[in-house]
Amino acid sequence: MARYQNIFTQVQLRGAHEMGPALPPTTFPRIGSPTYSYWLGKFGSAQLGPIYLGRLGIASLIFGFLAFEIIGLNMWASVNWSPIQFVRQLPWLALEPPGPQWGFTLFVPLAQGGWWQLAGFCMTTSVLLWWARTYLRARALGMGTHVAWAFASAIWLMLVLGFIRPLLMGSWAESVPFGIFPHLDWTAAFSIRYGNLFYNPFHCLSIVFLYGSTLLFAMHGATILAVGRYGGERELEQITDRGTAAERAALFWRWTMGFNATMESIHRWAWWFAVLTTLSGGIGILLTGTVVDNWYLWAVEHHYAPDYPGTGVIDPATLPGVIR
Amino acid sequence: MNRRGATAAAAITVALASSGCEFGPKQTQQTGYRGAGLQQISDPDHVARAAAIPAPPYELPPDGGISASEAYENVKVLNDLSAERFNHLMASITQWVAPPEQGCTYCHNPENMASDEKYTKIVARRMLQMTRAINGRWTSHVQQTGVTCWTCHRGNTIPAFRWSEGERTLDPTSIRGNKRGQNTPDANVGYASLPNDPFGQYLRGGNQIRVASSSSYPRPDHVGSIKGAEASYGLMMHISYALGVNCTYCHNSQSFRSWTLSRAQRATAYYGIRMVRNINDAYVEPLAPILPADQKGPHGDAYKVNCTTCHQGLSKPLGGVSMLADYPELKAPVAVAATPEAGQATAAAFRNPGQLTKAQ
Repeated sequence: MARYQNIFTQVQLRGAHEMGPALPPTTFPRIGSPTYSYWLGKFGSAQLGPIYLGRLGIASLIFGFLAFEIIGLNMWASVNWSPIQFVRQLPWLALEPPGPQWGFTLFVPLAQGGWWQLAGFCMTTSVLLWWARTYLRARALGMGTHVAWAFASAIWLMLVLGFIRPLLMGSWAESVPFGIFPHLDWTAAFSIRYGNLFYNPFHCLSIVFLYGSTLLFAMHGATILAVGRYGGERELEQITDRGTAAERAALFWRWTMGFNATMESIHRWAWWFAVLTTLSGGIGILLTGTVVDNWYLWAVEHHYAPDYPGTGVIDPATLPGVIR
Repeated sequence: MNRRGATAAAAITVALASSGCEFGPKQTQQTGYRGAGLQQISDPDHVARAAAIPAPPYELPPDGGISASEAYENVKVLNDLSAERFNHLMASITQWVAPPEQGCTYCHNPENMASDEKYTKIVARRMLQMTRAINGRWTSHVQQTGVTCWTCHRGNTIPAFRWSEGERTLDPTSIRGNKRGQNTPDANVGYASLPNDPFGQYLRGGNQIRVASSSSYPRPDHVGSIKGAEASYGLMMHISYALGVNCTYCHNSQSFRSWTLSRAQRATAYYGIRMVRNINDAYVEPLAPILPADQKGPHGDAYKVNCTTCHQGLSKPLGGVSMLADYPELKAPVAVAATPEAGQATAAAFRNPGQLTKAQ
């Protein structure tokens, strides 16, 4: 009975491989002969493969590979093609967007930001193709398209950062460099330039939904594992045919906090929290620089920033006779 | 995997994950209003120690007697100083700057001490003017502590902490070896990927450092790019490292821009940046034509000053100890051509900023 109180999955299926229903004759085949992996079974299904790529999957991988190569080769070129320096400095290396002098020019010379545009185009194409794939695969399996629309919410944030906002600002230089530390430093500089993003209410909402998602995930995962001994993992059956697992889980939360989700609603909670994280985040980014130029001052104007006592320090540039 | 292998893997993971950590207790000092994270965090094991200050070569002689210009030929800066005190200062400069094996001859021709034939003597004269200008005009930054040659030189002919023209990208239209002036692990900007030559951009001339807007909504008269913010951020990282302090030593992170939330130290830094620009533009760079090539940077410019040149990891250089009591002549008021009243008014307003708002 203790088998559900464990870090790793305790039950692994073995038998004839699950091959899926037969495909219509016009589509690509599923690739690879499936195997069982004991270690993968610790985290998920022990069966590895087959995978269905299809036209969209193959096209998406090609564009994804192109973006990855353009970024990697640009980084490698920036250290004079030294393999040692490429490895040592990798966290610092970047493919930078065009400088402010280029505005929103559609075709910037390759070495001055054109490679960034090309990498961004390939990455976006790859992601959009993969989105179409999640939509069509779900349809092909007779599923709802919930996964595709949640993915679309993340794509919205990506497009706002890299394309829509730079378009509205009229400058590619507003968008994010490709690179590990560079994109983090960009984030800090973005906040400094626009007066502290923490005072952007949509940024606040995004953080609430992000942290809320982790909380909901922890609560839900814990609840289902805790009632696993009563068949709680059969969540969908228990939506309509409520058994003792669902009853105990509901009672647990009602008794501890007065309110409980249901086997159905908890999944809607989780889906909306995850989707709203990037949806509200994207709105917040879109408003920055286009509608609001300094979020701290905006928050002061709207009585939203806490009012701390001033220190009495005066901007020296406003004093008479100062050296600027 | 056997148990020993798993243990070894875990040990390596922990070692790698914590390799960037500084262990040991930290000290925290609150520096502003509670609840806003206004505090200085320091690691007692890594705090820079104030360097020792050498004792004067001999006791400061009393003022009076014949002046330096009466005693010697070709005295152009400290003409009215008594010859006794002039000699005292010369002995000190020798101790502070000249290599011990050369002594006076590092700058002077021993056959003719008045001769300007050595470039080092011309540089020294200009540096003397600079020191007096710093102590006279820039009290907004150096306050009453002031500086001497030792503050920067510390026994070196060229101060150990300096900068010169950065490596320029040979061909901006090539990606080869081109990092766009950033994305390199560089101590200048605290090993961030920020633009790593904040000196050439901000510590000479008058480039705008401020990036945040002073209005809530976009205005056509305030255009600042995120790239500009990155460059400005790089300069701030330099200041932070040079002084051994974190951002909240000057700023309130609620709004880096807001002055009414900032500490007085931010205004001191404001004047410091202008002082450094003045030093580099008016005193150091114009000396480049007379400097020999091996005394200059790789691109043929004079070695210039940044915050580390004096501060060397301390918020107050040399631990805030003033050397001026032994060298009063370095503090003598300097005749300034451009609006001395204004400069003093600024300093006065800075010392008592509350007075200014009351008057309004």
